[in-house]
Amino acid sequence: MSPGRRSGDIPKTVAQLLSAKEIVIACGPGGVGKTTTAAAVAAMAAAEEGGRILVLTVDPARRLADALGLKGIGNDEVRIADDVFKAVGVTPRGELWAAMLDTKQSWDDLIRRHAPDAETREQILANPLYQNISARFVQSHDYIAMERLYEIHSEGKYDLIVVDTPPTRNALDFLDAPQRLADFFSSRLLRWLIVPYRSRLVNVATKPFYQVADRILGTQFLADISEFFILFQSMHAGFVERADAVTRLLSDRRTTFMVISTLEATPVREAEFFSVELTARQLHLGAIVLNKVLPDYLRSAQTAKLAQSMIDRADELAEGLSDDPVVAARVLVEVAESFLNFGVVARREAEQQAELRGTPDLLVTVPYFDADIYDMGGLLQLGAQVWD
Amino acid sequence: MTAAPDLLQLKLVFVTGKGGVGKTTVAAALAYLAAERGKRVLVCEVDAKGDLSSLFEATPTDFTPREVSPGIWSMSMDTEASLREYLKLHLRIPLVGRIGPLAKAFDFVATAAPGVREILTVGKLCYEVRERHYDLVVVDAPASGHIVGQLAAPQAINDLVKVGLIRSQTDWMLQILSDHQQTGLVAVTTPEEMPVSETLELATRVQEETTVRMSAVVVNRVLPELFGQREEEIFEQLRSPEAEAVLATRAGGDTTKVLEAARLAVTMRRTGSAHLQRLQAGLPKGLPVLLMPFMFSRGFGVRTTRQMAQSLGEELGH
Repeated sequence: MSPGRRSGDIPKTVAQLLSAKEIVIACGPGGVGKTTTAAAVAAMAAAEEGGRILVLTVDPARRLADALGLKGIGNDEVRIADDVFKAVGVTPRGELWAAMLDTKQSWDDLIRRHAPDAETREQILANPLYQNISARFVQSHDYIAMERLYEIHSEGKYDLIVVDTPPTRNALDFLDAPQRLADFFSSRLLRWLIVPYRSRLVNVATKPFYQVADRILGTQFLADISEFFILFQSMHAGFVERADAVTRLLSDRRTTFMVISTLEATPVREAEFFSVELTARQLHLGAIVLNKVLPDYLRSAQTAKLAQSMIDRADELAEGLSDDPVVAARVLVEVAESFLNFGVVARREAEQQAELRGTPDLLVTVPYFDADIYDMGGLLQLGAQVWD
Repeated sequence: MTAAPDLLQLKLVFVTGKGGVGKTTVAAALAYLAAERGKRVLVCEVDAKGDLSSLFEATPTDFTPREVSPGIWSMSMDTEASLREYLKLHLRIPLVGRIGPLAKAFDFVATAAPGVREILTVGKLCYEVRERHYDLVVVDAPASGHIVGQLAAPQAINDLVKVGLIRSQTDWMLQILSDHQQTGLVAVTTPEEMPVSETLELATRVQEETTVRMSAVVVNRVLPELFGQREEEIFEQLRSPEAEAVLATRAGGDTTKVLEAARLAVTMRRTGSAHLQRLQAGLPKGLPVLLMPFMFSRGFGVRTTRQMAQSLGEELGH
C-alpha cells in the first residue's frame, strides 16, 4: 500500500514518527552504529513514551550488552532492569526488553512449528544439509530475522519493536528473503529435482541430467539434497503462507524503516541505494539517521582563513601566551593544520549529505561523540539526539 | 612453522574486514603497490558494488578481467559465469549445448546447498593462481562475517561430498588455500570498538575453522598524533580564557573553534589509540599490524589509491 498521507501527517520528530508505529526496522550499511542506534531509540522510547518496548538485536558490542545486564541472553526476551535507567538518573515510563537473534535456535523452532509429524521433524533436524544451512550460511540469517519479528509481533506483547537488521551481503537481502523462500518451495525445479527419489523411476527425459548431476555432485550428496527437499516439501504450504505473511507485515502501515549511515563515501552510497529501493517497494522510509557527523564550524570559510593566518603568523601570535613561545608556535601550526585537514573532511561529508537522495519523512544528524557508547547513559545521550 | 612471507610474495591474498572499514581501498592499494613493483595483478571484487574500479577511476568491470591501471586487471565475481567457465574448462561436460537448464538447476541447488556459491567463487580464484595467469591475485573479499564460510567451503564440501568430480576439485583448491607461502588473509579494521572486536574474533575463527593463514592486520584511518606531552601542556595553556582572548585579538578573529577542533582531534585520536592497543594485545604474537593514515582528501580515486599504496609499502618496510 502506498503511503498516501496528507502532508500534514508527516512527523516532525522521531518521537512523533514512532508514536504511530509498532515496528521500526533499523537498516543500512555495516559499521555505522546501527545496532547502537537501534538500542538508543528503544531506550529513549521506554524512557519517554511508556509501554513495552522491545529491541530485537543481532550483535551488540559486548561492553554495551554487559552494561545493560544482557550477558548471555538469547532468543528469549529479557527485561532490562529499571535500575539500569535509575543508575543514570532516569525513571523510565515504560519497560525496555531485549532479545538477541539466535539463528540456529530460531530455525529449529520454525521446523518444530511446521513439521507435520515428529518423524519428519527429527529427520530434518538431523539432516546434514539442514544443519549446515541453519548454522553456518549467512543467507539464512536474513529470513529468520524477519520470521522472528513476525512471530514476536503476532504475540502482541509489545507496543513498539525496534529491529536491528543483520549485516547482509546485499543490503536488501533480508527484505527479499521471505519471498525468495516462498518462491523456492513453489519452484518447479525443486519438484523436478526430487522426482527420482520419490518415484525411484528416472524417465528418459531427465536421465541425462541426473547422470551429469551424479558425476559432479556424487550420488550420496544428491541423495542428501533430495531427502532434505522432500522433507521440506511436507512443510511447503505452511512455509509459503508464513513467508507471505512476513512480507505483508513489512509493508504494513504500522511498520517503518530507519536507514542509518555515516557520511563516509561507501556507507552513504549504500544508504542511498537502500532508501531508493525502500521507496520503490512502497515501504515506508520513516527516517534517515546520519551518525558521527563532524561539527558545522569545521566548514566555516572564515575560520579556515583564520587558521591559515595562524600558520603564517605562528611565531608572532604565540609570543607571551605560554611559558614556551617556540613550542607554542609549533602547537599553533599543528592546531591550525589539523583544523584545515578536518575542514576538508567535513566539506566532503557535507557534499555527500547534499547528494543523498531518497525521501524520508525525517533526516536526522547525530554529532560525533567523544567517547564510545557502552552504557545506558551513553545510549540515552545518543537517543536524545535522534529523538527530537 | 616457517616465517610469514611478505604480503607481496604471496600469490593469493583475501582482503576482508567489517563493513565500512575500507577493505576495498586497502585491496586496491595492495594491488597498486604490487603492480608498481612490476607484478601482474588480478584484483577481484566479490560483493560487486563497483567501488573497486572507481578507485582506479575506471568503469565497473564484469567477470572478464580488464586492465584498469598499468599491470592491474580487475574483475567482478559472478558465480553463474564462474560455473559456466568451470563446466567448460574442468569437466568437459558433453552437454555444453544444453547448459541453460543445467545452470538453472545449479543456481537452484546453490541457493539451498551450503557452500556451492562459495566454492564457485573460491574455485575461480584458486584456478587463476594455479594457472599462473597473474603474479598476484588480490580479492576484495566478503565482510568478516562471511569470509570464514567462504574460506571453509572447500573443506565443508569435502566433508559432505565423498566422491565425484566436485570432490577431486576441492582437493587442489584446499592445497592452494592451505599453502601459507601462497595464500594469505588480510584483515582490515579501523581503531574503533566493534571493528577491533570483530577482527580479534576473526583471527581466532580463521585459525580454528579454516586452513588459511592470516598474514597481516591493516588498521585503516589512523589519526595522526598531534602533540607530544610537552606540546599538550602548552596547548592547555593556550586554551586558557586569557590566552584565547589575546590570541583572538592578535589573529583578528575568533580562534576558539580552531582550538576546539584540535581538542576534538586529540580526543578522537586518543579513543582510537586505546582500541589499537587492545587490538595489538589480542592478536597472535608476530602477526604484522600495519597502520594506514586517515586520508584528509577531497575524495577517493587514483590519487588516494596511490597514497595508500605508498603508506602500505612503507609499513611493509620497502
